[in-house]
Amino acid sequence: MKRNKTGLIRICVLAAALLLIAAGIQQRQPEMVLQKAVHICLECIGIG
Amino acid sequence: MQQEKNENRQERQEKKQSRMEKIRQGMIRNKRHLIQLAAALLANANFKGFWSGTIWQGKSKSICVPGLNCYSCPGAVGACPIGSLQAQISGNQKGIPYYIAGTLLLFGAVLGRAVCGFLCLFGFIQDLLYKIKTPKITVPPKVDKVLRYLKYVILAVFVIGLPLFISDEFGIGDPWFCKYICPAGTLEGGVFLTLMNQSLRSMIGVLFTWKLFLLFLTIISSILIYRPFCKYICPLGAIYGLFNRFSFFRMEVDQSACIHCGKCEKQCKMQVPVLTNINSAECIRCGDCKRACPVGAIHLEKR
Repeated sequence: MKRNKTGLIRICVLAAALLLIAAGIQQRQPEMVLQKAVHICLECIGIG
Repeated sequence: MQQEKNENRQERQEKKQSRMEKIRQGMIRNKRHLIQLAAALLANANFKGFWSGTIWQGKSKSICVPGLNCYSCPGAVGACPIGSLQAQISGNQKGIPYYIAGTLLLFGAVLGRAVCGFLCLFGFIQDLLYKIKTPKITVPPKVDKVLRYLKYVILAVFVIGLPLFISDEFGIGDPWFCKYICPAGTLEGGVFLTLMNQSLRSMIGVLFTWKLFLLFLTIISSILIYRPFCKYICPLGAIYGLFNRFSFFRMEVDQSACIHCGKCEKQCKMQVPVLTNINSAECIRCGDCKRACPVGAIHLEKR
């Protein structure tokens, strides 16, 4: 019973993850991630 | 006389078996380190960047890597999920970061904190630092228990709260965690880039000194305490820990086989209460408990 419940939660989370990724792709969010990641992040490396 | 000989032979045989067992366990542990090394190399495959002092600008950087791996590391070919999350919520087009949230959910649902044990570069670096032979420090349980909550506070305040609510006149906030706390960016990006890039070197100021100090503190504490950054500071570990109970990659104790010798809990360097809560948010799935169990009662869950 407990295992079934865990399995169900697992599947729901996985489905939610895929839905969120799809929604993000639809809103072109990977491009926003790319735009940030291809430039040196001065804050991240401690410059300012 | 004969009996003495037999006893000696048996003793030798037992010693040999114990030696073989130690070698076998060492090999399994090394297998995890090999996976960590492979993951680190794969996520930082732009080797050219280390001596040119530049970063990778390919399209693969639109994909988040599972572990804490600064995207300003010259070798990084993917994006850091925590850096990307902050950039998204602190940008002038504030919105719900569906893509990053989905990626974190996906890694969490499949692997949980196995990401920390197998795929995170900064976790691997801490593992290696702890191997340096010095007297080790055990944090008193009461202090340890309180400090474990710190990573959730850092996640809520520095990764989400401050970047979301504090912004300049253009509506852009700071990546507070990356800027003021994260030593991974200093080690993986800052040190290499400032060494190889003259223009960046000329911009070094107080913030860099602060971050170098934090990096120094992290290195020293990692030599003395097992994975202090993962235990107390890492917001990514805090997120993945929430999934440990139901991720696909789970551990299980066979209660009918367990002899309650406590060797598993003694062996666990993350201080997980193996017998009562093996899938605790603190377990990084390193497998030390599994190897320590004399009756093989601990295993990966079959489904």
